[in-house]
Amino acid sequence: MLLISCPWCGEREETEFHYGGQAFVAYPADPESLSDEEWAQYVFFRDNPKGDFAERWVHSAGCRRWFNTVRNTVTSEFQS
Amino acid sequence: MEHPDWLWRTPEPKKSYDVVIVGAGGHGLATAYYLARNHGITNVAVLEKGWLAGGNMARNTTIIRSNYLWDESAGIYEHSLKLWEGLREDLEYDFLFSQRGVLNLAHTSQDVREGTRRVHANRLNGIDGEWLTPDELVEVCPIVNTSPDVRYPVLGGTWQPRAGIAKHDYVAWAFARKADRYGVDLIQGCEVTGFITDGNRVTGVETNRGPIHAGRIGLAAAGHTSVLTSTLGVRLPLQSHPLQALVSELLEPVHPTVVMSNHVHVYVSQAHKGELVMGAGIDSYNSYGQRGSVHVIEQQMAAALELFPIFAHAHLIRTWGGIVDVTPDASPIIGRTPVENLFVNCGWGTGGFKATPGVGWVFAHTLAHGEPHELNRPFTLERFTTGALIDEHGAAAVAH
Ligand SMILES: Cc1cc2nc3c(=O)[nH]c(=O)nc-3n(C[C@H](O)[C@H](O)[C@H](O)COP(=O)(O)OP(=O)(O)OC[C@H]3O[C@@H](n4cnc5c(N)ncnc54)[C@H](O)[C@@H]3O)c2cc1C
Ligand SMILES: [Zn+2]
Repeated sequence: MLLISCPWCGEREETEFHYGGQAFVAYPADPESLSDEEWAQYVFFRDNPKGDFAERWVHSAGCRRWFNTVRNTVTSEFQS
Repeated sequence: MEHPDWLWRTPEPKKSYDVVIVGAGGHGLATAYYLARNHGITNVAVLEKGWLAGGNMARNTTIIRSNYLWDESAGIYEHSLKLWEGLREDLEYDFLFSQRGVLNLAHTSQDVREGTRRVHANRLNGIDGEWLTPDELVEVCPIVNTSPDVRYPVLGGTWQPRAGIAKHDYVAWAFARKADRYGVDLIQGCEVTGFITDGNRVTGVETNRGPIHAGRIGLAAAGHTSVLTSTLGVRLPLQSHPLQALVSELLEPVHPTVVMSNHVHVYVSQAHKGELVMGAGIDSYNSYGQRGSVHVIEQQMAAALELFPIFAHAHLIRTWGGIVDVTPDASPIIGRTPVENLFVNCGWGTGGFKATPGVGWVFAHTLAHGEPHELNRPFTLERFTTGALIDEHGAAAVAH
């Protein structure tokens, strides 16, 4: 089980959180101009690195707020 | 004591091959075998960074079935199950394939609707399947708790009699032995670190044992596929997650079939030797750590005990994890990539063991002809652009 640091509540057990996947995937600024390929990238394609990964978590069983963090996908260490 | 005969050679890599396959799991080995057997292509190497079949092939819970919902899935999974049914004779090796059937339990009215719909869909595709009431399913598996006084009572289940299990290591060895006999080079301790390219075309791989040239390259690297394609700047709709399984000590035979439950997330069978083999869920986050969390196992054991009270006497002996590559529609990707001569077989996520012979067959065809076989034509990368997804979350919601 991971110990995850919520920016508002401090360190809590992983079971209080839900995972939100890759961070900084912004909704397209001009959705009507997107090609099918660009929509596919936005909806389905995500980075999947072995190493540092910028990702989102939500503290669902706590303050219920979302936050971004960077975690190493091999060691599970969070960058503080 | 003398060492028994080796099942395959340990050759030095050649400078060049017609086809290089990355990953000597079940899929890579089966692909190499069918390249030789069906297409006469034997100048082939399978490159494995670790030891042969030490990845997910050695870590899965060996459930084999073909009761998926959609026609595309019925095509490929049933093709695979039919191959399993003749594979022992074909490979001349006994890998303890046992068609003891699979029960997929329903605990909610939504499960019941999904299950009955799937049975009808299976039967329309000529795949065996039946809907069983709680009373009927205890006849198949007497140790399932069908009491209404549990958190998620069993409301019924689907039953595929031709489903079953096999001994995963033996399956890999059987394919490896035959591929080797055809002259395929199985090269262990050989990690692919990048690709040799010429414009938008791959012409070989870089490895820790030097460059190896190839006419065509097929990736069968399961959870590590994105790591490989990212060296070419190619992104895939894959996320890698840890998936765990566990075994009990050896017990007298108590469990005659395979039971799976999406809702409480248990899948369990009893191996030939006697251990109860149970799978857990994936960890929610992306990881290549090859170990999962204890709370995932705890949750899984709590559900298993409610379904099978008799398991309370068993001891957990060992747990382990593998890294599985999950797609958005819970179906695999088998075919071309944006890079010429580079082909992928990936995205099998939590359920690719059952497909081992079937995928070997169609991926070999794809590599031999440069185009997909009829059965993997729908499983392209392009489906994420066209929207022709093959949503198998109902049939694949439990990791298996
Ligand atoms: C706990 C668990 C339970 C499962 N239960 C079931 C089940 O009951 N039924 C079912 O159908 N499926 C199940 N699966 C899924 C199944 O195991 C996989 O879908 C399937 O094994 C994937 O194909 P493979 O055997 O070729 O993969 P693997 O055996 O993982 O083969 C991939 C190989 O590629 C190698 N590789 C990776 N990168 C490189 C590189 N750069 N260079 C060289 N080699 C490389 C790896 O070392 C590995 O040996 C389960 C998986 C797990 C982890
Ligand atoms: Zn919080």
